[in-house]
Amino acid sequence: MDLHFTSEQATPQEQAIVDAQVARMRGDIPQRSYLLPVLIAIQQRVGWISPGGLNYASNVLGVPPADVYGVADFYALLSTKAQALNVAHICDDIACANRGGAALCAAMEAALGPAGAGEATTWHHSPCLGLCEHAPAALVARAGETASSMLLPRATTGPLLAILAGAEPVRLPIETSLPQFGDASLKLLRRIGHVDPFSLTDYERSGGFAALRRAFEMGADAVMREVEASKLAGRGGAAFPAGAKWRSVLANPGPRYLVCNADESEPGTFKDRAVMEGDPYAVIEAMILAAFTTGCELGFLYLRGEYPLAHQYLSYAIEQCRAQDWLGANIQGSGFLFDIELRSGAGAYICGEETAMLNSIEGYRGEPRNKPPFPTQVGLFGKPTVINNVETLINIPGIVLEGGAAYAAIGTERSTGTKLYCVSGDVSRPGVYEAAFGITLRELLTLAGGVVGNLQAVLLGGAAGGFVTPEQLDTPLTFEGCRTAGATLGSAVVMPFNDQTDLRQVLLRIAAFFRDESCGQCVPCRVGVVRQQELLQRLSASAPIGDVASERALLKELGQAMRDASICALGHTASSAAESALSKFAIFQPR
Amino acid sequence: MSETTRNGATPLVQLAPDAMTPIPRGPLPILPSRPSKMIDLTVDGRAVSVPEGATLIEATRRLSIDTPTLCFLENLTPVNVCRICVVELEGSRALVPSCSRKAEAGMKVLTDSERVRLSRRMVLELLASSVDVSTAPQFQEYMRRYGAHPERFGAAAAPANEGERDAAVPGRHHTGHGHSAATAASVAQPVKVDNDLYVRDYGKCILCYKCVEACGEDAQNTFAIAVAGRGFDARISTEYNVPLTESACVYCGNCIGVCPTGALMFKSEFDMRAAGTWNETAQTQTNTICPYCGVGCTLTVHVQADKIVKVTSPMEQPVTNGHLCIKGRFGWEWVNQR
Repeated sequence: MDLHFTSEQATPQEQAIVDAQVARMRGDIPQRSYLLPVLIAIQQRVGWISPGGLNYASNVLGVPPADVYGVADFYALLSTKAQALNVAHICDDIACANRGGAALCAAMEAALGPAGAGEATTWHHSPCLGLCEHAPAALVARAGETASSMLLPRATTGPLLAILAGAEPVRLPIETSLPQFGDASLKLLRRIGHVDPFSLTDYERSGGFAALRRAFEMGADAVMREVEASKLAGRGGAAFPAGAKWRSVLANPGPRYLVCNADESEPGTFKDRAVMEGDPYAVIEAMILAAFTTGCELGFLYLRGEYPLAHQYLSYAIEQCRAQDWLGANIQGSGFLFDIELRSGAGAYICGEETAMLNSIEGYRGEPRNKPPFPTQVGLFGKPTVINNVETLINIPGIVLEGGAAYAAIGTERSTGTKLYCVSGDVSRPGVYEAAFGITLRELLTLAGGVVGNLQAVLLGGAAGGFVTPEQLDTPLTFEGCRTAGATLGSAVVMPFNDQTDLRQVLLRIAAFFRDESCGQCVPCRVGVVRQQELLQRLSASAPIGDVASERALLKELGQAMRDASICALGHTASSAAESALSKFAIFQPR
Repeated sequence: MSETTRNGATPLVQLAPDAMTPIPRGPLPILPSRPSKMIDLTVDGRAVSVPEGATLIEATRRLSIDTPTLCFLENLTPVNVCRICVVELEGSRALVPSCSRKAEAGMKVLTDSERVRLSRRMVLELLASSVDVSTAPQFQEYMRRYGAHPERFGAAAAPANEGERDAAVPGRHHTGHGHSAATAASVAQPVKVDNDLYVRDYGKCILCYKCVEACGEDAQNTFAIAVAGRGFDARISTEYNVPLTESACVYCGNCIGVCPTGALMFKSEFDMRAAGTWNETAQTQTNTICPYCGVGCTLTVHVQADKIVKVTSPMEQPVTNGHLCIKGRFGWEWVNQR
C-alpha cells in the first residue's frame, strides 16, 4: 500500500520500541493485529503517541496513519497528546466514590491541579478499576525506560503522591480479597492465597493440569459431552450455554481461534482479577482444555489494561508453560498444538463486548460488529472463534475431573455449578464470594457480614444491571431468579447501598459511565446515552422539561430505542439501571 | 474476442454482456452463475422472494416499501450504524438493520410496527437534536414521515470552539459540570476550510462512516480520514487533525459524493450558499462523459446562471458507480473562465 505521511519523524527510541514489538510478531496472523501492542509499548515508554512515533508504526505495520490515529484515539489509556509521564487514574465510580474516591479526586486536584493538568505528574478520573473490595482504587502509570504501572488498593493521598514520584507500593495479600479464605468447600477459589502465583510447581502440586492430562486420555469428544452435560452457562453476563457455543465452533471449518475474555470492566466486577492474580495457571490450563476440545491452535487472552499485576503473572505463567511443554507444538506428547498470545486492552469498557474485542485484537477500533454472523461462525480474522469469560473457563477443569452430571447437580436446574459473586458497597466484608447457585441475596449479604447501615437498594449486575429493593432480598441469585426480580445477574455484581447514599448520584455516575464508554458507532447509543445523562441531570436539579412524568416517559422511549436499535449490549442495557431505579424508588419526586 | 479464458480453458457458458456491463479488455471473464436459489419470506404480511444472499432491505424494495436509510448506499459496504433502517423480525429480541441482515427462509418481518416507528423516530430526533440537518432534504422528509420532534431534548448547547471537539480525550469523564443540563449537547463547531476545493462542516456530520468508506477500501484506497475519538466525541479526522493539505487526501471528492447531509461540500457551493446565491431551482443538470481520460465516467454537470457550480456522477453509472477522480470532480474551473 502506498502510504502518505506527514513530515514528523520518529525518535530513535520510538523506532527501537516499535522494532522490538515487530520482532516478536507471529507470522501466521495479520500483522495489523500487532497495532495495539505497538501503541501500548510506545505509550508506556514515551508517555504518549507522538506523530513521529505514529508515522513509524504506521509505516512498519502498513496501516494508514489516519487509521492508526483513529485506533490510538479510541483508548483512554493511550494519549495522542503529550502529557505528564506519571499519571494516576482515580476511581470515582459507584463502588469507590463514597468510600474515599471522590475525596481522593479532590485531594489530587488540590495537589496537582485540575484533571489532566501538570507537567510531570497528573491525574484523571477513572471508571471502575475492578478493585472494589479495597475502595478507593487508583491505577498509577509511570512511563519511561523503566515503565511500570500498578493498581493501588485503599489509596490515600500521601502514599499515592509518593508512588507517583517513584516509591514502591505496598500490596495487600490476595486473600484479603476473599473473605471465605480457608473455607474447605471453595472450588474455583480453592488455590488462591495458598499457592505462589508465579510457581508452576505449586500449581501442579495442588492438582493443576490433572484435568488436562485426563482430557488427553478422554479425547476431545468426551470432554465436549461432559461440558454439554454440565449445562455450564457463560459467566460474562449473557449466560449463553458454553457447550452449545463450543459445539457451534466445532461445526465450522478451521482454523479456529480461542479468545479468553479477561477484559473485566463492568463497574463493581472484580472476580476475574482475583482469579488471575491468585491462580493464573488455572486460566492457562482452562484455555488449553477449551482449545483442545474445540480444535483451536491459537488462543488470545485479552486482559484489561488496568490489571498490571495479573499481566505480570499471566505473562510469566505463559512463559513457564511454554518452557515446561504445556504450551507449544506437542503438548506433553499428546500431539496437540496450542499457544497463547497475551493481549492488553488500553482502557475501553466496550472491548469486553465480544465482537469489539475481536476488532481490538485485530488492530481496529473496538467497535462491536453486527450479529449475525456470530463469532462462532465468523470471528477473529474471519474464522470460527470460541470466546469465553475467565470464570466460565476455570469451571472446565472441575467438569472434566468430576464429570458433567456431578457438576450439573450443583446449583439449580437452570443455573448449574458454583458462582463467583462480587460483593462491594455498603457491606461489612466486601470481596469475591463463591457459592452454589441458588444462594439468596439475603444469604449472600449475611455471608458478607451484613449491610452497613439501613439498606436502601441493591444494584445487581453492575451499571448494565438493575436495582432491587430491600423487599426482594429473598431473590435467589441465579440467572432466572434475578430475571424474575426484574434485574439481571450479569457479571454477578452485588452492591448494596444504605440509606445514606444518594441514589441520584449513583444514577448520574452510571449515566456518565455510559457516556464515557459508548464507542460512538451507532446513533441510538452514541446520542442516546448523552440524552439519558442530560435527562437525569435535569431531574436531579429539579429542572425537568415539562414535568417529572414527561421526563420519565421520555426516558422510557429512549430506553426502548436503545434496547431495540443499538448494535450491542452496551446500548441495550444502558438505561436499565436508571429505568429500574425510577420504577422502584421515589427518588425524583417533585420536592 | 477470445474464445478461451485466461487459464486456457473453454468456458462452459459464455454469457453475452448486456448493454450496462462494461466490456473489459482481453478475454471475457466467466461471469458468476446467477443465484438460482430464491428465499421466501414475509414482509408486513406479504409474501416475497429474494435471491439467496439478498438483504432484508432488498426484500422491502421488491414490495415497493420505502425503507429510510442514512448510512446505507448501494456502492458502499453496509456499516449498519445509523439504525434508521431497522425492522422488526419475529423471534429476534432486538430490531435488526435491514441494510445488512440477510434474508432467510421463513422470516417474518414488520417494517412499520410501533417499535419500528419509535426507533426510527428516535434516531431522527437524536441526530437532529445534535446535528445541523438544514442541508439534508431527505433527512427532513424522514422527520416529517415519522413525526420527529428533536426539540423535546431541550435547546441545543453552545457550539464548540475551533478544535475543541478534535481535542476531546476518549473516556474522559463528562460529569456535566460546567454546562447547563437544560441544553442538549451537539456537535456544532466551526467549518473546516483548508483548501480551495471542498469544505468539511462537521457540525452537519451524522457519523455515517460513508466518507471513510469512500476514501478507503470501497472506492479510492487513499485512507486520508478515519473515525477518531469515542462516544459522542467520535468524529471524522485526519491523523492528529492535520489539514487536508498535509494529509493523504487526493481530492477525488468521492467523500462529497456519498455524504448524506452536506457536511462535505464543494467550496463553490459553500461560498454561494454563504453569499445567498445558491439556488437549486435555477440549476440545470446535464449528463456528459468526462473528457480527461479513457475510462469514460459519466459526469452530471450542475449549472447555474451559465456557470458550472458543481459536478456529480450518477451512482447507477456502471464505470465507477458514481465515484470520480480530482479531474472529473473539480477540473472544470477553466470552463467558467470566459
